[in-house]
Amino acid sequence: FYIFRSVDEDRKIEYKAAIKIQSWFRGCRVRAYLRYLNTMVIIIQKWWRGYRSRRYFRKMVETAYFIMKMNFYNEMAVRIQKRWRGYYIRKYIHNYYALKKYLEAISVNNEIVRNELQEYAEMKENEEKRKDLEKKEKEKEYQARKMHYLLSTEQIAGIYNSPFRKSPDPMELLLRNSKPLSHRRQQVKSPFSCEVYDWPTCKRPPIFSTAQPLPPIGRQKPQGPFRDTAEVLQQRYKPLEPTLRVAASINSPLEKAREEMKKEERRNRIHDNEFLPFSSYHKNEKYDPSIHRSGKYGQEIYGIKQFREVQPQKWVANKDFQTVLPSIVLFEKFGKTYSRAGQIV
Amino acid sequence: MYQQVLEVLRCCKERNTQFDEDVKVMPMVKTPQAVDLAEESEMIDCTLMQRKKLIIEELFSSWNNTGVMSLLRPLLLDVVPTIQQTAALALGRLANYNDALAEAVVKGNILPHLVCSLSEQNRFYKKAAAFVLRAVGKHSPQLAQAIVQCGALEMLVVCLEDFDPGVKEAASWALGYIARHNSELSQAVVDAGAVPLLVLCIQEPEIALKRIAASTLSDISKHSPELAQTVVDAGAIAHLAQMILNPDAKLKRQVLSALSQIAKHSVDLAELVVEAEIFPVVLTCLKDSDEYVKKNGATLIREIAKHTPELSQLIVNAGGVAAVIDCIGSCRGTVRLPGIMMLGYVAAHSENLSMAVIVSKGVPPLCASLVEEHEDHIKAAAAWALGQVGRHTPEHARAVAVANVLPTLLAMYMDTRSSEDLQMKTKKALKNILQKCTYLPALEPLLHDAPPNIMKHIVGQFSKVLPHDSKARRLFVTTGGLKKVQEIKAEPGSLLQEYINTINNCYPEEIVRYYSPGYSEILLERVENYHPVI
Repeated sequence: FYIFRSVDEDRKIEYKAAIKIQSWFRGCRVRAYLRYLNTMVIIIQKWWRGYRSRRYFRKMVETAYFIMKMNFYNEMAVRIQKRWRGYYIRKYIHNYYALKKYLEAISVNNEIVRNELQEYAEMKENEEKRKDLEKKEKEKEYQARKMHYLLSTEQIAGIYNSPFRKSPDPMELLLRNSKPLSHRRQQVKSPFSCEVYDWPTCKRPPIFSTAQPLPPIGRQKPQGPFRDTAEVLQQRYKPLEPTLRVAASINSPLEKAREEMKKEERRNRIHDNEFLPFSSYHKNEKYDPSIHRSGKYGQEIYGIKQFREVQPQKWVANKDFQTVLPSIVLFEKFGKTYSRAGQIV
Repeated sequence: MYQQVLEVLRCCKERNTQFDEDVKVMPMVKTPQAVDLAEESEMIDCTLMQRKKLIIEELFSSWNNTGVMSLLRPLLLDVVPTIQQTAALALGRLANYNDALAEAVVKGNILPHLVCSLSEQNRFYKKAAAFVLRAVGKHSPQLAQAIVQCGALEMLVVCLEDFDPGVKEAASWALGYIARHNSELSQAVVDAGAVPLLVLCIQEPEIALKRIAASTLSDISKHSPELAQTVVDAGAIAHLAQMILNPDAKLKRQVLSALSQIAKHSVDLAELVVEAEIFPVVLTCLKDSDEYVKKNGATLIREIAKHTPELSQLIVNAGGVAAVIDCIGSCRGTVRLPGIMMLGYVAAHSENLSMAVIVSKGVPPLCASLVEEHEDHIKAAAAWALGQVGRHTPEHARAVAVANVLPTLLAMYMDTRSSEDLQMKTKKALKNILQKCTYLPALEPLLHDAPPNIMKHIVGQFSKVLPHDSKARRLFVTTGGLKKVQEIKAEPGSLLQEYINTINNCYPEEIVRYYSPGYSEILLERVENYHPVI
């Protein structure tokens, strides 16, 4: 009995030992296998990552190169545009020398105008004086004609021919020359005789002659097979015809509109506070809000986000319409038709 | 008293032929009083002496109560035509005198009678009736409205077609006075078809008729662009433009005023007026001997120049600026005002035009008018015009500053007696000019008296120029500017303080400290605290 028991216990011990050894061995094997797997996996991952990053790197290099090229082009373009814009503006928009010439021409023109006007004024004054003188003469003559009986005779000296004077008075001479006035009734003098049109000022207003002197006649034709001078000059001085894009600045319509508004404002605003009579009369006016703010719906979705009005109370069943047609093909293409080569990355 | 007055009045009208008519009328009229009243009413315009005028005024106020109108009305319907004419003339003169009587004429239901009988009467009656309508319509818009409501406009237009120039003149005068008040009445006149007939009247040879027709067209077109367009569509501009050459001064006044009323409404109308080739003929009007012709000529040029830069350019190219400047130089008073405003408008459009104004020597007359004129509104206009001239670039501001006008502007701004409008305009002009002015010698005198809001701009300009120009820095110190700047008290952090800092940074530390206020005290304190080392 004891022998079997010890053999049995030995056997148990051996059995447990065998199990331990086997499990350890199996564990080793599995660990080795796992280690092996690990290294394999590491290799694969290493390769894969290297591959991905090389691709990425290549892409980065490409973009960097692209950016460098674009910068270079931009630089060059800026240089060209700089030169061109300077030239264009100096020649056509703010031509300093042309402006100077224009202002000089204006002063010359002003001088001419002033001289002409001065002459005109002087002429008018002379005319006025002449008119007055003539009127006086006429008066005197009329008086002389009326009083012709004051003429002196051989016997009796008249008033104007006093014996104490050396020579007769000019009135005496007038009386001698004038015919006696008959008693016919004087015709009514037309008041329009004064607005006579033979006064020189009325006929011809001052002509402000600013015409250029004509070129000399009879120029000799140059010898030789030259092109026609007119053609050459025409070609040389052909006017620039810039396209609309060049002629207008970049922000053109907006800028122009703003400038317009500013100019109008500066020109027309003479009074800052316009006189508003009875302004307190308007103080009690109620403020009428706009439709946008006064309605309770806020921004309308109809027309902006959806194009159908939907009224769930009126539905027969509880469902909306089923869409049969697909969505519109054209709208799906938005943003996808052209390649992205030219866009800045 | 009444009888004595009658006697006195009767003595002065010895040769009045209507006296004979009234003597004939006397037995036919019920009350002798009516005859006397009729006689006296004709006398109103004949009596010249002051005392009699006072007596007549008393009589008028008493007559209102005695019901003159009810007495004169039956005379209007009399069989004898001369009596009708005389009665109408009497009514006209009564209504002409003051508006209470004119109202009495309207209330007395006389106008419908006048209007009805106008069509079948002779030309004297028509003239007298038109005179009555004119006299009633001239006082106020309500009376003119009453005239329109009783259908007088059609009758007046019928009168305009008459052959006699006197009738046409009276009718167009009446229409002119009616149309003068407001645009509804003008519209009524136009709707009655008066405008083509008026244009025909302008072509008549009689000068008086031309004058009145031109003034009526001017009154019609002044209210609104549509009315002006109606006048233009009738072909008025060509005829008016031809008449600028006429030597008669009063006619020229009216013609120029009509053209300027047409041109003022819109760019298209102004262009139409310009296309009638008025330049450079209009410039001769600026040299006329009559003041109002010059004024109206300048008004016309102003209305044209105001609309667009192209129109101003046209005027400048035709030499208009020189003529207007001469005109300003030779006139005094309100006659100058449109010329000054015209220069302001031309300069406001663009800097090239403003430079053209400066080159034509426009700044000295503007400064002269700023200084010499007594009226505040002319001074305000001159200040505004100078502001527009100098506002564009430093060159322009320099041209204005050289004329030594900035101290004057500042003085006017600070003067307590100047009106608010003048103060605002001078302030705006100063601000605009100062923001571009780099001419330091002109800015120096302003440093001393300017108020803080202007001081900010002046100091700002100094702070912009001084860092770059050493000569200017030296001048600034020697003229005492730096000292003044140190004395300015500014809140820290405000713009003024920044400018002052910039200026101070241009100079070495010691100089700044030397000129700061109270430096002498600091030095003396240091002397006191110093213990000499023996």
